[in-house]
Amino acid sequence: MWDYTAKVMDHFRNPRNVGTIENPDGVGEVGSLACGDALKLTFKLGPDRRIADAKFQTFGCASAIASSSVLTELIKGMTLDEAERVTNQDIANVLGGLPEQKMHCSVMGREALEAAIEYYRSGGKRTAHVLEGKVICTCFGVTETEIERVIRENNLHAVEEVTNYCKAGGGCGGCQDQIKAIIARVHGEPLKPEAPAPPKPRLTTIRKIQLIEEILEREVRPMLQQDGGDIELIDVDGDRVIVGLRGRCAMCRAAGFTLDGLVGAKLREFVSPELVVEEEKS
Amino acid sequence: MKTIYLDNNATTRVAPEVAEAMRPFFGELYGNASSMHSFGGQVRHHVERAREQVAALLGADPSEIVFTSCGTESDNAALRGTVEAHAGRRHHVVTTRVEHPAVLSTCRYLASHGCRLTELPVDREGLLDLQMLEDLITDDTAIVSVMWANNETGVLFPIEEIARLCQRKGVAFHTDAVQAVGKIPVDLSRTPIDLLALSGHKLHAPKGVGVLYVRKGTRLAPFILGGHQEGGKRAGTENVPYIVALGVAADLAARHIREEVTSVRTLRDRLEAGILASCPDAHVNGRRDQRLPNTANIGFEFVEGESILMDLDALGVCASSGSACTSGSLEPSHVLRAMGVPFTAAHGSIRFSLSRYNTQDEIDFVVAHMPPIIHRLRDLSPFVPKAKA
Repeated sequence: MWDYTAKVMDHFRNPRNVGTIENPDGVGEVGSLACGDALKLTFKLGPDRRIADAKFQTFGCASAIASSSVLTELIKGMTLDEAERVTNQDIANVLGGLPEQKMHCSVMGREALEAAIEYYRSGGKRTAHVLEGKVICTCFGVTETEIERVIRENNLHAVEEVTNYCKAGGGCGGCQDQIKAIIARVHGEPLKPEAPAPPKPRLTTIRKIQLIEEILEREVRPMLQQDGGDIELIDVDGDRVIVGLRGRCAMCRAAGFTLDGLVGAKLREFVSPELVVEEEKS
Repeated sequence: MKTIYLDNNATTRVAPEVAEAMRPFFGELYGNASSMHSFGGQVRHHVERAREQVAALLGADPSEIVFTSCGTESDNAALRGTVEAHAGRRHHVVTTRVEHPAVLSTCRYLASHGCRLTELPVDREGLLDLQMLEDLITDDTAIVSVMWANNETGVLFPIEEIARLCQRKGVAFHTDAVQAVGKIPVDLSRTPIDLLALSGHKLHAPKGVGVLYVRKGTRLAPFILGGHQEGGKRAGTENVPYIVALGVAADLAARHIREEVTSVRTLRDRLEAGILASCPDAHVNGRRDQRLPNTANIGFEFVEGESILMDLDALGVCASSGSACTSGSLEPSHVLRAMGVPFTAAHGSIRFSLSRYNTQDEIDFVVAHMPPIIHRLRDLSPFVPKAKA
């Protein structure tokens, strides 16, 4: 049982500003069904260039819904420059605090706001600003930019904290060393020399291909097939695994996520932690 | 507000008869069961009576019952004790991907200490491929561990068949029967199971007591050293009040087993049918005709489980969820993922688990209140219009 504040419970039970604005000036969509939470934020500017109205739709737990709800209240009446300075900590503060493991809900709110502002400034061309840059956590699609930002804004020092704030490192855990390095860099600490990694047993290429086929068959294909899709192994080049998506997967909007989050994670878990999955160029 | 408790796979209420039976052991009957005087000796008598009661429920011999502190201890002891007894001669451990962490974590620990581990996959309905199991058992296999009933979905594995297969192959077979005992008939006199774990608090005894059944002749290293108690396998002064409690609970379970598979099942089916009829885009996780009679695991598309639980909680209804937010991790339940339940439904899965203490009024209350909860949360969800478009 989470220890939610009365304010969180109030906004969860009686969320304010639910819905979407028709012909909005800003739209920000972050998260996904696969991630377990998602937020769509829309706003409209008034004649005074301040946010006149803001609405949200959220899929997620009580703290995700409450974070979204207070966000809409918080930004109404703000200029975009003011709104841009809203941090996840501001959202959490209005709620009287969130459990540490739920801080990512407040970050999701700030990300959606940022994406909506970006949408407005680019004339509707761009939304997911935070998704730019190198993806560090492939399980949850978290970029280096985003990780640096939560570390700086919330003064984080441990990988576990970064996971609580933006989920990075909370899936297969394969990126935790990279997160550690980012933390050190943000805080300007010299990187401690790592103990030399134990030598890994080398897979022969044949064995690697066999294993990949096996894992695709056992772990991946059944999940895709029930959604009307399929996957085919095209080539293995060193640690690059090239696959083709078939059926409904081929046209699925979330295909990038399927590859990284599902196929990549499974192959790294069961075959070799170095593998990178790419889609064949058609 | 009245509590409607539909989370009996998590824990159960202590039966009033059980609580009553424990009382004297916190008062006048405080003797040590191992003492040579009759003051302690009378306590020994109660411990042995409890052993007989548990043995009777399982169709076992009292000498095969080892009292432990919980189901998790029993699972740990069975797996580690068997591997240790093989003294490095057999290295292979077989289990399934949907086991409770008590088994899965122990198996993975063994794998990091020199064992080879195979985790059997399950299909979309949560069922195993027995041919696959048969094919991968080798001369090197030390133990096969397959749960009797899944705690999340209630799916039952064909334990009698698997036990006979392992017997034929000459491999030790352990089953985590924590969710099965007390809910469905278990008869070890007809089923060649070597090791079985059960937990007191899942069958109306208090938390803090469990059993490891060890079939006569099974090789098992002792797991707590330091005394002669429990046949030298599990040393330490007996937890007398809790052992007595478990004995009484086992006795009650044996007497109520018909009720569990009939009236509890009827209530579960009523709950499930009611919810499925009134909530669109909801479906049952797990093979429906091969499940515990008390468990319903329902996936609600486009909504998140913790939110559903909180709304239920506001009405006094206790259930649980396999969603990421409630599993304490960021990913949904390993059981639903192993079954390939789509993320859309895994995050919104709710487990209702009943007991013989539930009433039809309670079930009807939940059925009536479920649609507005789901409706409210779907109204908030950005995925619904897209999915409906």
